[in-house]
Amino acid sequence: MLASLFKFKGGVKPASHKDESTRTPIARAPLPPRLVVPLRQSAGGTPRPLVKAGQRVLKGERIGAPEGNFSSAIHAPTSGSVLALESRTLPHPSALPALCVVIEPDGEERWIERAPLDYAAQAPEALRDLLRDAGVVGLGGATFPSHIKLKPGAAGRIETLIVNGAECEPWITCDDLLMRERADGIVRGAALLRHIVDARRVLVGIEDNKPQAIAAMRAVAQSAGIEVAVLPTRYPAGGEKQLIRALTGIEIPYGRLGTEFGVQCFNVGTAYAAQRAIEHGEPLISRIVTLTGNVARPGNHEVLIGTPIDDLLALAAPKADTDRIILGGPMMGFVLPRTDLPVTKAANCILAASPALFPHPGPELPCIRCGACTRACPAELQPHELYWFARAKNFGKAQEYHIFDCIECGCCAYVCPSNIRLVDYYRFAKTSMRALEREKAASDAARQRFEFRTLRSEREQKEKAERLAAKTAAARQALATGGQPTAPPPGDAAPALPPLDESKKALIAAAIARAQAQKAAVQPKNIDNLAPEKQAEIREIEARRAQVREMAKTPPEEPV
Amino acid sequence: MLKVLAALLPGIAVYVWFFGAAILVQIALASVAALAGEAAMLKLRDQPVGLFLADGSALVTAWLIALTFPPIAPWWLTVSATLFAIVVAKHLYGGLGQNPFNPAMVAFAVAIVSFPALMSQWPAVGFTDFSAQMAVVFKSQSAQDAVTMATPLDALRTQLHVPEARATVAGVLGAHASFGNIGGKGWEWIALAYLAGGLWLLQQRVIAWQVPAAFLATLALIATGFSLGNPERYAGPLFHLVTGGAMLGAFFILTDPVSGATTPRGKLIFGAGAALLTWIIRSFGAYPDGMAFAVLLMNLCVPLIDMGTQPPVFGRKRKDGAP
Repeated sequence: MLASLFKFKGGVKPASHKDESTRTPIARAPLPPRLVVPLRQSAGGTPRPLVKAGQRVLKGERIGAPEGNFSSAIHAPTSGSVLALESRTLPHPSALPALCVVIEPDGEERWIERAPLDYAAQAPEALRDLLRDAGVVGLGGATFPSHIKLKPGAAGRIETLIVNGAECEPWITCDDLLMRERADGIVRGAALLRHIVDARRVLVGIEDNKPQAIAAMRAVAQSAGIEVAVLPTRYPAGGEKQLIRALTGIEIPYGRLGTEFGVQCFNVGTAYAAQRAIEHGEPLISRIVTLTGNVARPGNHEVLIGTPIDDLLALAAPKADTDRIILGGPMMGFVLPRTDLPVTKAANCILAASPALFPHPGPELPCIRCGACTRACPAELQPHELYWFARAKNFGKAQEYHIFDCIECGCCAYVCPSNIRLVDYYRFAKTSMRALEREKAASDAARQRFEFRTLRSEREQKEKAERLAAKTAAARQALATGGQPTAPPPGDAAPALPPLDESKKALIAAAIARAQAQKAAVQPKNIDNLAPEKQAEIREIEARRAQVREMAKTPPEEPV
Repeated sequence: MLKVLAALLPGIAVYVWFFGAAILVQIALASVAALAGEAAMLKLRDQPVGLFLADGSALVTAWLIALTFPPIAPWWLTVSATLFAIVVAKHLYGGLGQNPFNPAMVAFAVAIVSFPALMSQWPAVGFTDFSAQMAVVFKSQSAQDAVTMATPLDALRTQLHVPEARATVAGVLGAHASFGNIGGKGWEWIALAYLAGGLWLLQQRVIAWQVPAAFLATLALIATGFSLGNPERYAGPLFHLVTGGAMLGAFFILTDPVSGATTPRGKLIFGAGAALLTWIIRSFGAYPDGMAFAVLLMNLCVPLIDMGTQPPVFGRKRKDGAP
C-alpha cells in the first residue's frame, strides 16, 4: 500500500510551529463590511469584468469571465451590490494596483442557482470547462489554473496524480486542518480529478508531522482506491517538484509541466475546491487561511476571497510587539506593505511577526563560498554563484547557471552563515531580466514595424513607377501604331488627339509648378540636405517616438 | 572559523612538546599583526571593524602563517609576512570573500622567495630551550648550526639532486638526524595531530571531505607509484604524507572555501591537482616543500575548475530532456 519514497536533495528542517494554530477547528470568518475582489488572481490573462458599479450580485455569481484559455473565472463571494470597479493595491511585494470589484455585502448570502453534478457522467472536456468557469486554481500558493494542468500532455495520459498535503512551510496549517476536517471532500475531489485525467494511481503526500491529518485521510482514502504516502518532514517537501520527485522519482525541469511526464500534482485545497465546484455547484469564493504567529488567538478560518486582511487580524488579535505582517510562511512569504489589502486565492497564511519571534537577521556579511547554500538547495543549483552574478548584474551568466530553475524556497538564505538574503538577489535578477526581455520585445516590434513601413513605401514607389512606365509605354505604343490607341474606340478618339496634347502640356506645366511650390514650402525642414546615414538616424528616432506614443496608448502590462 | 582554530590546538600542543614554546610566541606575534592589520584596513575601507574582527578569519590566517614558518624565524619576518597577507593578499583584493589566493600561502611564498635562508632555519631536534629560542627570534642572533637543521625534505632535495653523490632516499634519511620513524622527527607526530584535528572538522561538517581525501589519496598514489619504480630516487607515500605541510595543507589550507573550488567534482580536482604539484615541486623543484606554491597555483585554476564542473541541476540530469 505505502508508496516507496525517493529522496530529493537539499532542504532544511526549521522548527515547524504547527501546534499554535491547530488547537481549534476551522472557524468561519464573519462577513466583512466590504469585499475587494481582484479580477486577476491566477496565472494567465486578467478576466474580463462582467459587472458595473451599482449592480446587484448574488453569492457565486460570475463577475469576471476567463479571458482566453489560460485564465480562470472570478465570482462574487457573497450577495450584495457592486460599489465600484476600480484599481486597488494588491497583496504583492510590488504593491502595484490592479482592477478589483468592490462589493458591499447585503448580509443575505443569497446563492445563485447551484447545479450539483455527478462527475462520473461527465466528459473530461466538459469538467475542465466547468472548473475554469468555477475559478478553480491551485490553492497551494501558485494559483495556476487547474483546468490547464488537467489537459493531457505530450506523454499521452497522466499516469500518476499527486495530491499535495505535505504543507512543509512552518507555521501554516490550513491544509492540515482541511485534511483533518474535510478529508472526505478532498478524497472525492481527488477521485474527480482522477476521472478527468484517467490516472492509474492517486497518491496523497503528507509530512509525518501531521499524524491526525494522515489518520483522517487514510480513513477515507482506502475505499476510494487512493494511497496516502507519509513523507519525512523536511522543507520544501511540499514544493510541487520536490513532492513529485519524492513520490515518483520523476524530476520536472523548469518551464515544463508535469503533464509532459505523465504526472500531475494538486494541492489538497484545490482538490477540495474542485469537488465543491462540481458536486455542489459552488465556485471558488472562499479558502482556508491560517492566522498565526505573534497573535493572541491563532487558528484557521474559512475566509471569503476579498476579505480585507485587517478584518482577519482583528479576529486573531496580534500582540502589542507585532512589528510586521507576513503573507505566507516565514520561508516563502513576504512582508505586507499595508494590511488593508484583500485576501486572494493565493493567501494561505497571515503571520504576525515580532522581533522576539522572528529576530531580524544580522547584517549581511561577505560570502565566503562555504557551500552551505549549495548543500541546502533542493533545485541543485549553485546559489553562491547565482548570488555573485545577480550582484554584478551579470544576467547572462545567471541565466547560464539556471537562475530561473530557482523555486525561491529560501533554504539557501536560511542556512547562510553570512545572513545574505539570497532569494532577494535572485528575485531582483529575475525581475530585471523579465523587464529587459519586455523592453527587447517592444523594441523588436518597433523595428519590425519600421522595417515593414520602409518596405511598404518602397514597394508603393516601385509600383507607382511601374504603373507610370506601363502607361508611358502604352502611350508610346499608341503613337507608334499611328496615333491609334487601342483602348478607346478609334472613331471619336483620333480627331481629339492634337488638342489633348495641348491640354496635356498645360497640365504638366501646372503639375511642375505645384511640385516646385511644394518643395519650396518643405525646404525649411533642415533634414533634407543631411548625409544619408544621418537621415537614417533621424528616421530611427522618429520610429522610436512613434513607438513611445504607441506604448502610451496601450495600458502597461501586469507585474509578473 | 573558531572551530578551525580549535582543531589546530592538538597540533600546536604536539609542536610545543617537541620544539618548545617558541611557536606560541610566533602565533601571538602573527595574531597581533593580523588583527592590527585587519583593523587598520577595515577602518581605511570604511567597514565595521568590530563585526569583521569577530569573524576570526584574520586569526586563522595568522595561525597558519605561524605554523608554516620556522618557529625560530625572526619576529619581523613573521610580522611583515602576516601584514602582507592581510593587507595585500586579502584587503587589496576586496577583503573577506574576495581574495583569489590563500593569504597565508601568499605570505609563505613571499617570505621564502625573499628570505630563503631564514625560511629554512628549522630548529634542530632537542633545541627547545625557550630563552635561547627567543634570542634567535628577537635579537636577530644568527642561528648557529647547532640549533638549526635541514628538514628531511631539504636533505633529500639537496643530496638527491647531486648526481655524483649517488645518494639514495634510504641512505639520506637513514643518516639524517632529523628523521624519525616515517617522517621528520617530531614532525610526524605533529602531522598526526593535524590529522586528528582535521578529522574532527570533517565530523563537524566544517570542511568538505573531497579536498583532503583527493589531496592525500593522490599524493599517496603518486608517491607509491614512483617509489616502487625507483625507491632510491623517490621517497615513499608515508614519508610524503607526514612530512612538510602535507597534513596541515590537506585539512586547513586547501579547505579554505574562499580561494578553493566549490563544486563537489571541482573540489576533487582541486585537491588532486594540489597533490600532484606538491609532489612535483618536492621531487624536482628548487624548493624543499611545494605545498604553498601548489596551493597558489591551484587557486589560479579555481574559476576554470568551477566553470567546468557545474553539477547538473534538478530536472536537467539527462541531456535529452527526458525525466
